[in-house]
Amino acid sequence: MVWTGGMKDMALKDFPVDECLLQGNASCPGCPATIGLRLVLKALGRKTIMVVPACCTAVIESLYPTTSFDVPVMNIAFEAAAAGASGVEAALRQQGRTDITVAAWAGDGGTYDIGLQALSGALERGTNFIYICYNNQIYSNTGIQRSGATPYAAWTTTTVGGKTEFRKEMGEIVLAHHIPYVAQTCISYPEDVYNKILKAKSIKGPKYIEILAPCPPGWRFSMDKTVEMGRLAIETGAWALWECENDVMTFQGKSKLLLEKKVERKPVEEWIKYQGRFSHLFKPEKDLMKIKTIENHIDETWERYRNCYLHTGTKKENEFVH
Amino acid sequence: MLSQSNCHETRGGGQEMTVIMDTGNRIGAKAAVMAKPQVVAAYPITPQTTMVEAIAEYVANGEYKGEYICVESEHSAMSACIGASAAGSRTFTATSSHGLLLMHEMLHWAALARLPVVMCNINRVIGPGWNIWVDENDSISQRDTGWIQFYCSSNQEIFDTVIQAFKLAEHEKIVLPVMVNLNAFILSHTSMPAEIPEQSVVDNFLGKYIPKWKLDVDNPTTFGNIIGPPYYYKVRHAMQEAQYNAKRLIPQIAKEWKKLSGQYHGDLLEYYKCEGAEHILLSMGAIGAESKIAIDNLQKAGHKIGLARVRVIRPFPTEDIRKLGKQADLIVIDRNISVGLEGALFNEIKAALYGETDAKVYGYIAGLGGKDVTYKDIETMCRKALKGTMKEQEWYGLEG
Repeated sequence: MVWTGGMKDMALKDFPVDECLLQGNASCPGCPATIGLRLVLKALGRKTIMVVPACCTAVIESLYPTTSFDVPVMNIAFEAAAAGASGVEAALRQQGRTDITVAAWAGDGGTYDIGLQALSGALERGTNFIYICYNNQIYSNTGIQRSGATPYAAWTTTTVGGKTEFRKEMGEIVLAHHIPYVAQTCISYPEDVYNKILKAKSIKGPKYIEILAPCPPGWRFSMDKTVEMGRLAIETGAWALWECENDVMTFQGKSKLLLEKKVERKPVEEWIKYQGRFSHLFKPEKDLMKIKTIENHIDETWERYRNCYLHTGTKKENEFVH
Repeated sequence: MLSQSNCHETRGGGQEMTVIMDTGNRIGAKAAVMAKPQVVAAYPITPQTTMVEAIAEYVANGEYKGEYICVESEHSAMSACIGASAAGSRTFTATSSHGLLLMHEMLHWAALARLPVVMCNINRVIGPGWNIWVDENDSISQRDTGWIQFYCSSNQEIFDTVIQAFKLAEHEKIVLPVMVNLNAFILSHTSMPAEIPEQSVVDNFLGKYIPKWKLDVDNPTTFGNIIGPPYYYKVRHAMQEAQYNAKRLIPQIAKEWKKLSGQYHGDLLEYYKCEGAEHILLSMGAIGAESKIAIDNLQKAGHKIGLARVRVIRPFPTEDIRKLGKQADLIVIDRNISVGLEGALFNEIKAALYGETDAKVYGYIAGLGGKDVTYKDIETMCRKALKGTMKEQEWYGLEG
């Protein structure tokens, strides 16, 4: 049994100073993945083995024989992160090393698309690991191609006129596996990221956490705006902070207020106008139809959230969880 | 029932052997479990299923105490083996045909990551159309992945080769994955007797697996990150050296096992009645076993012909083949086809002989799609070559 209901959230000022992601790594300026990695590794600590498939992080690790990681890392093929982690976890169990956390760290392409089967398999098998998807809504390492996470109307190099389909709700696909812990967060909310990882670490079984990671070169915004783009995604309702612990769903921060209709969400224009990937919606003239389509889709999503989760999501205080 | 014990025998050295009568798949599973891998990850595919089912029975009855991960695909089976091996565990899996092909990417990965995974592959036809019978195109098409590849010709050889495969894979001069191939149904589902040594014999032979490197929180290392051309070039060269080391170590390990268990099936090749032969037949797998009867009959009829059964195709036994080429003309039977060229073994044997000998080399394609190849067929093939009426390469038995 794991005590989770009484877990005290950690404030930013109390985060460990220890850094397992080293300076001088090969990420782009303004990279959200490194912001996420720093937070995640602070929460996971040094008794962690990372499994990383093909993604930007394979570059961030830097060139052999150097590395930017101060925890052991196993790189693995694009679709294989969850399966590779299953193997690592099984080996550690045989060695009696239950003190080590196995964390898969994959992008949205490696999670929503090519790695979905292996992820679903590992979740269904009850693999004791944390699968973390840092979601920048594109194949960014290969140069900005569409993924299953790319939102409607976004330009990518393979959706030159803007994507014509909506992104899938990966978090809800994972929810259907009814694993002990599923969460969505965003790099712009370090305490939310940190505390969700910390909570996941304390729970046995499969855990899935998705971190929205606004990518300056991919989304076409200025590299000093990474954190702001994440915040605006939450404030416009284009992304949500939620967690689901043993099938009890709760929303956090502004997402909670939005769910409960205690605040109005900002128009999505406030978010997309800073992003070059949506610039075709504003010039040569404003594409009101498409902007409205995005707005409607966000509204529909939140209506669905309210219908599904608002009244079921009251978490009891001091709850014991198996 | 896991095995049917028929009788006990005592070997030189005082070791008691149990003779069991069982299928190739179940005897392979027995060997795998006796090697005590810490992790097995597998996905079912005909005709490998009875091998992974047998391991599941060993889990249920407590004979296998390691982790058994029932993954959702062969790609994940090999990926999980890679993860487990990288974390320092002895690791085993089994597959066949399309399963092996789905693993292809991860076969390269396991070899390049220098992980000593051991795998049984049941040689089965590739579709379409769906066909579950034997041919060797599945594993032949994985020759360039860096795996050491054995081909067995009896259930006893399956047992002994699986045990030896762990020793070889984990040897500090090798550290490469090893594939043990056995023919679908002819071996996988056919009961034959096999002598099984005591567990202590296997334990002493293999020892505990101590990896040269592993994922270790006390010594954090990044495995497989971006690598520039100069280092990558060295990685490939080191793999080639390890494969070449295997040419020396396969015979050494085979002889070591012979001392302990009394079982020996040859080194890289098994020679059968090659003394004084002017023609030598080369074949693999079950055809290799069937060939012995053909050779007996042909010798009785006065032909100077012997057999060299190829047990290992990676590393390729180039030096042994050259010796044969200096002694005799060669007849090769391939149960595979590199479409657009010729049989793989035929092709590689000719390449090994280039500039070394003017021996004639004849190549047959036979038994694709599981078409039966009996000793009579082999005799017919050999007679045609002996008469000198055979073309350089022919497809045997296309009619009918």
